[in-house]
Amino acid sequence: MGDLNIHALRGVDLDLFPGEFVVLLGPSGSGKSTLLNILGGLDVPTSGQVWYLDHNLTEADPAELTRYRREHVGFVFQFYNLIPSLTALENTVLVTEIAEHPLDPRECLRLVGLEERLNHFPAQLSGGEQQRVAIARAVAKRPEVLLCDEPTGALDYPTGKVVLEILERVNRELGTITVVITHNAAIAAMADRVIRISSGAIVDIQRNERKAAPSELAW
Amino acid sequence: MMVLDKKLVRDLWRLRGQVVTVALVVASGIAAYVAMRSSYESFARAQQTYYTRYRFADVFVHLKRAPNSISTQIAAIPGVASVQTRVVVEVNLDIPSLPEPAQGRLISIPERSIPILNDLYLRQGRYIEPGQRDEVLVSEAFATANALRVGETIGAVINGRWEPLDIVGIALSPEYVYEIRGLEAFPDNKRFGVFWMSREALGPSFNMEGAFNDVAISLAPGAIEAEVISLLDSLLEPYGGLGAYGRTDQISNRFLSNEIVHQRALGIFIPPIFLGVAAFLIHIVLSRLIHTQRAAIGLFKAFGYGNSSIALHYLKFALAAVLLGTLAGAPLGVWMGRGLARIHEEFYRFPELLFAPTWQLILSAAGISSGAACLGALSALRSVVALPPAEAMQPEAPARFRPGLIERSGLSRHIPLVMRMIVRSLERRPWKAVLSTIGMALASALLVVGLFIYDGITYLVRVEFETAARDDVAVALNEPLGSSARYAILHLPGVLRVEPFRAVPARLRFEHRSRRVGILGLDRERELRRLIDRNLRTVDLPLEGMLLSSSLARLLGVLPGDTLTAEILEGKRPVRQVLVTGVVDDLIGTSAYMDISALNRLLQEGQTISGAYLAIDSQVAPELYSSLKRTPAVSGVAVREAMLASFYSTIARSLNISTTALISFACVIAFGIVYNGARISLSERAHELASLRVLGFTQREVGIMLLGEQGLLTGTSIPLGLLMGYGICAWLTYIMQSELYRMPLVISRQTYLVAALIVVLASVVSGVLIYLRLRRLDLIAALKTGE
Repeated sequence: MGDLNIHALRGVDLDLFPGEFVVLLGPSGSGKSTLLNILGGLDVPTSGQVWYLDHNLTEADPAELTRYRREHVGFVFQFYNLIPSLTALENTVLVTEIAEHPLDPRECLRLVGLEERLNHFPAQLSGGEQQRVAIARAVAKRPEVLLCDEPTGALDYPTGKVVLEILERVNRELGTITVVITHNAAIAAMADRVIRISSGAIVDIQRNERKAAPSELAW
Repeated sequence: MMVLDKKLVRDLWRLRGQVVTVALVVASGIAAYVAMRSSYESFARAQQTYYTRYRFADVFVHLKRAPNSISTQIAAIPGVASVQTRVVVEVNLDIPSLPEPAQGRLISIPERSIPILNDLYLRQGRYIEPGQRDEVLVSEAFATANALRVGETIGAVINGRWEPLDIVGIALSPEYVYEIRGLEAFPDNKRFGVFWMSREALGPSFNMEGAFNDVAISLAPGAIEAEVISLLDSLLEPYGGLGAYGRTDQISNRFLSNEIVHQRALGIFIPPIFLGVAAFLIHIVLSRLIHTQRAAIGLFKAFGYGNSSIALHYLKFALAAVLLGTLAGAPLGVWMGRGLARIHEEFYRFPELLFAPTWQLILSAAGISSGAACLGALSALRSVVALPPAEAMQPEAPARFRPGLIERSGLSRHIPLVMRMIVRSLERRPWKAVLSTIGMALASALLVVGLFIYDGITYLVRVEFETAARDDVAVALNEPLGSSARYAILHLPGVLRVEPFRAVPARLRFEHRSRRVGILGLDRERELRRLIDRNLRTVDLPLEGMLLSSSLARLLGVLPGDTLTAEILEGKRPVRQVLVTGVVDDLIGTSAYMDISALNRLLQEGQTISGAYLAIDSQVAPELYSSLKRTPAVSGVAVREAMLASFYSTIARSLNISTTALISFACVIAFGIVYNGARISLSERAHELASLRVLGFTQREVGIMLLGEQGLLTGTSIPLGLLMGYGICAWLTYIMQSELYRMPLVISRQTYLVAALIVVLASVVSGVLIYLRLRRLDLIAALKTGE
């Protein structure tokens, strides 16, 4: 059995602008995760270029990619990925310890509505609460880019909406570029721009004239 | 091959690092077990066979002189099976290759080879021929040490005349398996040797025609040794009997039996440490394996595999690791056992090769290690059985952490986050943390023990040969001489200082206890022989009364201030009450010490001496030695430097070997525990660590979070291990103390330091191996999958 080269992405040309809320929409296997990995400095494309301001990420070595993630990117995972041995507050503090101009971790947790749950361990929190801690953790270092990989994928409908509200608020109040990847088309309505991906290529970029509030979404 | 077995092979290959470390620990344990046990068994067997085949006597007695006719009276004592009367004398030897004189013990044997007690095994050459008066057989230990060969001639001062002795054969005797001069801790085979020559030759030279001065007796079955000894003592008292003693007090047998007891003790004590650690490692490795495969286990159960076949599958995993270790350990143990036997053969002389590992031993080793595997696997397997298939196929809930020690202590804010993570992770599985710490502690403890044996012996040698004994040469006389001999010695070439001593055999009695010892009379004003207490302070001799070795005081149950009865076994054989004024912590032998004048008074004799300690001008030493070689009155010369050199070339070398073995074993333990601990925690936390890497933490930062736990455990284990090491050493010195010598409980700072360093080093190496694996963390997978 020989190795087969599969192009996860091909001919992608994309700019992200400060303060934007972008939803990357596509079915599974469409290449949206690969795009997120590249944007997040976890992967480099085999050809083409990725620039963050004046940094060429395509030529960065692993240490430089780490620094890029450390200084500029916030991640929100589908399964929250909190450190189980740290409390909500500590999970947030952990990230501020390696950031240059972090926000106050308590403030961040207040922002996501968890000021009452600061000293709870992940195992003592519900899924939605864990995801909100994850968002607080992601924004606490004051990232320029917030990348969210299916942030509501593991949550039920009402909890998912709460999380989306918080993402919208973070984007509005902190001006962080927020990229949400999802296969849930309903979420697209709350974006500034919706980028549809299919079979490794951008098939459509759509600018929403009016952004819907998360409470208006339904799926 | 069944599917499960295919999976087994793949699991073993995938976890090869862990399998190999477990196997290494097992291999060390099995090697130690096989080596120590086989060496012990071979030794004990060799002793028994040798004693039986060569008729090692049961009771021994030395006396001044008795006519041969007494022999029949001895044989008539109830319980005596056979009697061998002999002439045994000490002479001064001239060995061409040796500058200083050597001491020879000449033992008479029948002119024609007939079965005797303490019979000889002829290694080389032939038995002496009747009528050939100069022919001797020489002991193998002495011949080897001095490279003497059959056909060579050496000189001896026999009854004041220099006589040549022709070596016709090299022999061994069960009486001298361990060939040692007297109350010394180490043999000096270069300067002390046993010779056998015909009674007809020896008798006339020492005024022993028709007489004897030494008896060996074998007892009839059922005879009571103590009764025979008591009858024998009263029979021989008029003939200057020095007090009979049984095998337990026979010096060679005592050393040999002691050694066998020590080996047995070590063989019992060391292997379980390894097997315990192996069981623990199997436990953690298997638990983790089962944990990661819970979905598969659920699936197997859903397909209808029975609990027992799934449990057996995982047990096979444990057994495979142990089997691998046993396969490597058993031959290693045989090889090490042979090495041990070879070292022992330098000190203990047997006719046949000592070493013969038995199949039973190898099989029992395999049995024991499988037992350890099962023990380690037990609780992990129980979890396999208990796992309901439906639950097994569910993804697992996140690790449950709850507020613990840090939160309760309220110190939370002052402890760095990484430290909090480490402490909480330890708190979550306290038993694993405790067992890891104990295992690691055992590694440092083993190191302390290994290095301590060296410390202890070096200390013993330093105290005895440097602090206590400062003489260059000790000269022993054939017979006690008047004090003028002191001046004769002073006039020998190169002698700077002479301090005479008087040594006399005696039986000390206190209440119902008694002991045959030598009383040593020393000058009160002296520089060359010090008596020292536990803290190395000099103890002064009392004007009257006696100091006892602390071990002797313990044996007799005597405290300072008690009065004991001293029966002198020489000359007029007076019996006197003597006050014990104090104890001396000497490390070698058991003695009683008195002021020489007080001893002379007790003996009701003038100022006599049995020998002297000398300080000499080393430039003139060769001349001194050559004149001592030909001085008839001298029966023995001990040269301190030479004894030290012999010690360092023999005992110290063999110690180095065992220390090296212990060090490598300890490294295996430390490495195995840290490697597996970190490897498992990497597997458990891969997802968490990958997330942290995604969040921008560097490999180094994540490495610290991962390895900090092992680092903390290692750090905690070291002081604990050093303490445990101290305890084990204390126990060892306790079981190894004997009347022959006492191992002091002295552990150098260097030993602790080296033990700690080695453990740290082993941990660092395994830590680095795990750290390198961090590079392979799959960051992208962390984004996608739940725990």
